[in-house]
Amino acid sequence: MRIYTMRLAGLAMLAVGVLVVSAATAAERGRDGHVSIIYWQAPSILNPYLSGGTKDIEAASIVLEPLARFDASGNLTPWLAASVPTVTNGGVSADLRTVTWKLREGLRWSDGSPVTAADVAFTAEYCRDPAGGCSQLARFDDVTAVEALDDLTVRITFGVPKPYPYGPFVGATSPILQKAQFGDCKGARAPECTEANFGPVGTGPFRVTGFRPNDVISLEANPNYRDPAKPAFATVTFKGGGDAAAAGRAVLATGEFDYAWNLQLSPEVLKGMVAAGKGNVVSSFGTLVERLVVNLTDPSPKRGEARSTRAHPHPFLADRAVRKALSMAIDRKLLVEIGYGQAGRPACNVVPAPEMYASKANDDCLRQDIEGAKRLLDGAGWRPGPDGIRQKDGVRLSILYQTSTNAVRQDFQALIKQWWSDIGIETELRNIDASVFFGGDPGSPDTYQKFFADIEMYANNFEGADPESYLGAWRCGNEPRPASQWQGENMPRYCSEAYDRLLGEMAVTGEISERARLARRMNDLLVQDYVLIPLVHRGRVSAHARSLGGVRLNTWDSEIWNIADWHRVR
Amino acid sequence: MPVYTVRRVLVAVPTLLLISLILFLLLDLAPGDPTAQLPLTIPPEVKENIRRSLGLGEPIHVRYLLWLKQFFVNEPLHLLSQLTGLDLGGDRHRVISWQTRSPVVDLVIERLPQTLWVVGLSYVAGIAIGLPVGIVSARHQYGWFDQVGTFVSMVGFSVPTFFSGVLLIVVFSVELGWFPSIYDTTHRVTGWDSLLFQLRQMAMPVAVLALYNAAQISRFMRASALDNLTLDYVRTARAKGLSERKVIFVHVLRNAVGPVVTVVALGVPGIFGGAIITEQIFKVNGLGQLLITSIQASDLPTVQTLTFVFAVLIVAFNLLADLLLGILDPRIRYG
Repeated sequence: MRIYTMRLAGLAMLAVGVLVVSAATAAERGRDGHVSIIYWQAPSILNPYLSGGTKDIEAASIVLEPLARFDASGNLTPWLAASVPTVTNGGVSADLRTVTWKLREGLRWSDGSPVTAADVAFTAEYCRDPAGGCSQLARFDDVTAVEALDDLTVRITFGVPKPYPYGPFVGATSPILQKAQFGDCKGARAPECTEANFGPVGTGPFRVTGFRPNDVISLEANPNYRDPAKPAFATVTFKGGGDAAAAGRAVLATGEFDYAWNLQLSPEVLKGMVAAGKGNVVSSFGTLVERLVVNLTDPSPKRGEARSTRAHPHPFLADRAVRKALSMAIDRKLLVEIGYGQAGRPACNVVPAPEMYASKANDDCLRQDIEGAKRLLDGAGWRPGPDGIRQKDGVRLSILYQTSTNAVRQDFQALIKQWWSDIGIETELRNIDASVFFGGDPGSPDTYQKFFADIEMYANNFEGADPESYLGAWRCGNEPRPASQWQGENMPRYCSEAYDRLLGEMAVTGEISERARLARRMNDLLVQDYVLIPLVHRGRVSAHARSLGGVRLNTWDSEIWNIADWHRVR
Repeated sequence: MPVYTVRRVLVAVPTLLLISLILFLLLDLAPGDPTAQLPLTIPPEVKENIRRSLGLGEPIHVRYLLWLKQFFVNEPLHLLSQLTGLDLGGDRHRVISWQTRSPVVDLVIERLPQTLWVVGLSYVAGIAIGLPVGIVSARHQYGWFDQVGTFVSMVGFSVPTFFSGVLLIVVFSVELGWFPSIYDTTHRVTGWDSLLFQLRQMAMPVAVLALYNAAQISRFMRASALDNLTLDYVRTARAKGLSERKVIFVHVLRNAVGPVVTVVALGVPGIFGGAIITEQIFKVNGLGQLLITSIQASDLPTVQTLTFVFAVLIVAFNLLADLLLGILDPRIRYG
C-alpha cells in the first residue's frame, strides 16, 4: 500500500514536472500567432492627445501606456510606475499639492531606448502647450509644474491642494509619449508630425507596423516589452469601419474576427448572433447613465435673449412636485428590456458606480407609480383641464422633450410620452442630429447646451473612478448662458447652496471613504430634487471568439487594457 | 476642334473656382462641429481650444483663401517635389484633415487602389454585361431573353445596395462561408493564392455594384439600339442581303453606341466617388467611406477637398465625353 502511494506520488511529481516544462515552452512571446480586432468606428490617429475619440484612445492603448490605470473593477493599479503614490506611502505630500511618481526600473521603449522621467515631464509639456489644442488638457488642470527629479522620479506640483491627484498620466487618456519622437511636435507643429501621430513609439505589448487612417492598423509584438513571456500573439490586425451589426456578425456568426468592440445592438439581434456558437458576449458596467435633464429655466422664445437662462424660472418645471411626478411615471425596467437588454440596468442615481460611491437612498424609483404621480400632481394643484391635460393658473403641463437622433432614444421618447400622457402631461417630441446636438456651436439653437426645450435626454459618465469633476458640472454659475457663449455643463441650470458647499468640502477632502460619502450626498441632492432623472445605467457589451482567452472587459479604462494577457484557448 | 477644346478647357477654370466657393460656403453653413463626436467628459473650454487649434477662429474668407492656396499651390508643389526629388515645397502647409491630422491628399491616394479595384472593376463588369444584353434584348424585343433581361435590370435598379449587400453577406458569408464579409485592405497580391483571396474578397461587393451598373447600361443600350433598328438604313442594309450579324455589329452598333458612350463616360467620375453604401457594408474603406466618415466627423478640409476633386473629375469627363462623341460621329464636330 505504502509503495503504491509512493509510486502514485512519484507519478504525480512527474506529471507536474511535465506540466512545468510544457508551460515554460508555451510561455514564449508570439506563440499564438495572429489576433484580429474589429472596431466599427475606425481609428483616425494614434495620439490620444490630439483626439478625444474613444476609438482612437483605445487603439492607442495597445501601444502607449500610462503610469497607472484602472483595472476591470475600477481600482487604481500601477502600470509603468512602481507603485501608486498616496499620502500614506509618502508619494503625495501632506499639503496635497505635490505627487511623486517612481517609474519601474528597466523599462524600454519599443525602439530599445530607456524610458525616463524626462519622457513623462515632456508629455505634460506637450499637452499643456496652449497652441497644440490638446484634447486631454483637463487632465492637467491646476498643474503648475512637472519635473523629472532623476531618471526614474517625476514630481507633479499643483497650484491648489489636490485631494485626488490622479489626473495626469493615469488611464488610457493620458499615456506617456516618447520625448525623442515627439520633441519637435509641440504646439502648432503637433498636426504636422503625421508619422509620429500614426506610429507612436510606445511601451505597450505591441508596436505599429502599418497605419491606414480610418481603416486598419497592423501591429506586431514589441520585442522590448517588459515581460518576456508576453504578449502571446505575434501580430494584431485592428480593423475599423462598418456598423455594430457587421462587427458583431464578423465575430459571432462568421468567426472572421476575434474581438468586436461596443456592440450597441438590440437584445434580440445579439441573441440571434450568439446562437451561432462561435463567440461569447461580455458586458461590464462603468458610470454611463442615460438620464433626463430637466430645464429649471423658461425656454420660451418670448424670453428673447434671456431664453433658458436663470433670469426666468420655468413656468411649471420649477415645481418639484411636477418633476417628481415625471420620474414616478417611468417604468425603467421596461426601458432596459426594450433598449439595452444585457447592456443596461435600471438607474436611480447619476453616480452609479464604483460601489462605494453609489447611493442606495433612491432605489424606490425602480417601481413605476402612475397613481402616485397623479395624486402628487392633484395635491400640488395641477388639475386636468377639458382636454385631459393638467393645468394651474392658465399654465398647461405641456413639455417639449428633445434628444439626439438614435433608434433606442426615439423608442424611449415614445414610451415616456405615453406614460406622461397617462398622468395628464402633454409631450411633444423632437430629435436632433447628434453632431448638432452635442456640437457646442453657439450659433445653433439646437445644442444640448442651449437647451431650448423643457426636457432633454442623453447619456453621460465620468472618466476614471472619481466623480469630483463630474459632480462639479452642476455647480451654480457653471450653466451655459449667453455671457459664457453658451458653454458650461450645468444643463438643468441648477443652483443650490447646499450642493456647492458639499463640492467645496470635497475639494479639500483626501480620505476616500469620506469623498465617497460626499459624492453620495451630492448625488442624492440632484436626484431627490429631480433635476436629473436617471433612466438606465448603461454597460459596455463586446464580443470575443470562443478561442480567445484572457479578455477582461474594462469600462474604467481602455477596453483592451490587458491585451498583453490575451491568448489562444485550445 | 483644337480651338473648341481649348475654349472648353478655359471655361472650366472659372467654373471650378465657382464650384469650390459654393462647396466651401455650403459646408461652412451646414451645422456640425468637429468636436461633437468627442466624449462629454471633455470639458467645453478644452473643446474650444481644439477648435481654435484647427483654425476655426479665423473669418470665412481667410479660411477659403487659405484652402485655395493650400490646394492649388502647396499641394502641386509638394507633388512635384516628391516626383522630382527636389525640395520645392519647403515648409508649406498642405491641406490637413482635422480628424487624422494628416494631409488629405495622402489619404485620397491611399484610398484610391481599393476603390478602383472594387468600384472600377464593377463598372467594367457592368459595361461588359450591359452592352451585349442591351443589344440582344433590342434585337429580340419582347422575346424571352428581353423579358428576363428587363426583369433582372428592374431588380438591379430598384433593390438598394444596402439590402442586396447584406443579403449576399448573410447567404455567402454567414450561411455558406464562401466569401469573407470584411474586406482586407492590407492584402497584397503576390502570387496565385493571394490573387484568389483578392478575387474572393472582391466577389460580393463587385457583384452588388455590377448588377446595378449592368442594369443601367443595358437599358440605355437597348433603347438606343431599338431607335436605330427601325430606321431606313437598317432596312436598306438588310435588303442588300447583308447577314444579320453584319447589320447589327457594323451598322446598328456604330450608330447606337453614341449616346451610351456619353452615359458611360459621365459615370466614370462616380467610380472615384466610390460607392458610399457598398463600401460601408463590405468594409472596403475606400473613397466613399472616407467621405462619409469625414462628413460624420465634420472634417471640413477633407470633405471640401474630396468633393472638389469629384467636381474636377465630373467637369473633365464631361469634356472628354463631348470630345469622344466628336471622334465617333463626324457630324457633330465643332468649328
